[in-house]
Amino acid sequence: MFGRRGVELVKELDQSLDSIPPFNEELITEILEEMQRLYNENRIDVNTRPDDHETYLSIKVRHAVLKRDKRCILAYLYNRLRRIRQMRWEFGSILPPEITVSLSKPEVQWFDSYSKCLATYMKSIGDNHGLNLTSDLAPPKSLFIEVKCIADYGKFEFGDGESVQLKKNTYHLLPRSECEQLVRQDGCVLLSPRSLTVNCKRHCERKDQETKRESLSACRSL
Amino acid sequence: MSLCSSYKPNYFSIDDILATEERLSCKVLQKVPRLGFMDHSSESKDLKPGTKLELSFWLAYSMNKSKDPIASIDIPKYYKESYREILNADACAIELSKWNTYFYEFGLHVAKFDHPDCEKLPELLLKTFKSRFRLVMDWAQNQDTNPMIASQLPMLERTIFLSGRKSKEQLVYWFKIGGGGIKTTELIANHKKRKRSTFIENER
Repeated sequence: MFGRRGVELVKELDQSLDSIPPFNEELITEILEEMQRLYNENRIDVNTRPDDHETYLSIKVRHAVLKRDKRCILAYLYNRLRRIRQMRWEFGSILPPEITVSLSKPEVQWFDSYSKCLATYMKSIGDNHGLNLTSDLAPPKSLFIEVKCIADYGKFEFGDGESVQLKKNTYHLLPRSECEQLVRQDGCVLLSPRSLTVNCKRHCERKDQETKRESLSACRSL
Repeated sequence: MSLCSSYKPNYFSIDDILATEERLSCKVLQKVPRLGFMDHSSESKDLKPGTKLELSFWLAYSMNKSKDPIASIDIPKYYKESYREILNADACAIELSKWNTYFYEFGLHVAKFDHPDCEKLPELLLKTFKSRFRLVMDWAQNQDTNPMIASQLPMLERTIFLSGRKSKEQLVYWFKIGGGGIKTTELIANHKKRKRSTFIENER
């Protein structure tokens, strides 16, 4: 039946809203073939029987199917690109291999050039220092956050060269800017802002006590 | 044939494409040469007048809407007088998605036809939506609601229900914990989940 395949294509996208289904090249080729066939039939009809009223009707029907097929294919491609763009912001500039296999070659190219575009833009803003737009999507409230590792990550290196061992079920107080990507992308770290404030307080109290003790011992030595 | 057809909400909308795929029963009025295969039951080469077909809205619309229509259409029974009475009596008692998943969207499309029942259709849709909206909102606000209820709602209400539920969850999270947190993004969380399940399957 006319145009059935186009909807199949769109349905495929509709059924997997939070991921990207493998690029269905086979179906697209089939639709393109159907479109080519319809176009040829219309062309032949127009050339051979230009004044026939009935022929005009079949041309009209075929044209409607052509338009529909076109819409389905374009919608499929466009909505896929939107998802790929979304992924750039969430996965970062390198996509996991499970996703790359679902993309077509032009889509991979598009992703790369979008990545490049975004990187160039981010480099150009922020007073010559560049600004990473993909971090701090929500305004940060504190410089440090407490995180819990939920997987063995191994050595995690900070921008300043220091590093920390991230083992499963350990807690760390880390600079927010360093580990935001870790939380957002690897899913291996969890945080609880409430325990953070409590722990910060405790941390400060301990610091206070330490300074007190230090000053006391300093007094004694005098 | 209307050459300038506008697409709502936009040309690339998946929902709109699926809504316009819903079927209508049509009757062919004029002979259409070399398209006989559209009617599976006949083997003739041409599509003959009087043939009854189940066509998708987009095709039915372009065959019907012109000075010289190729086919006449009949609107689905749930937009007709008898069903209107059911809706007027108590719209909340009906599982609308059983009638049509795209009840509202498709209804608006159907209203474009010249059919005696189509004139009152937009009004009916609005009234139905108004009377059901409170119910949907209650469901979204109430945390004890079974989330499976979403699958029983037509698409428009389902979207409202799901986003209402999500914002309620966010509000509760904010009350409890406050803002400024970082979460694993949904896309990635789902990706991980799927990966884990395929991993488990492979293990077996």
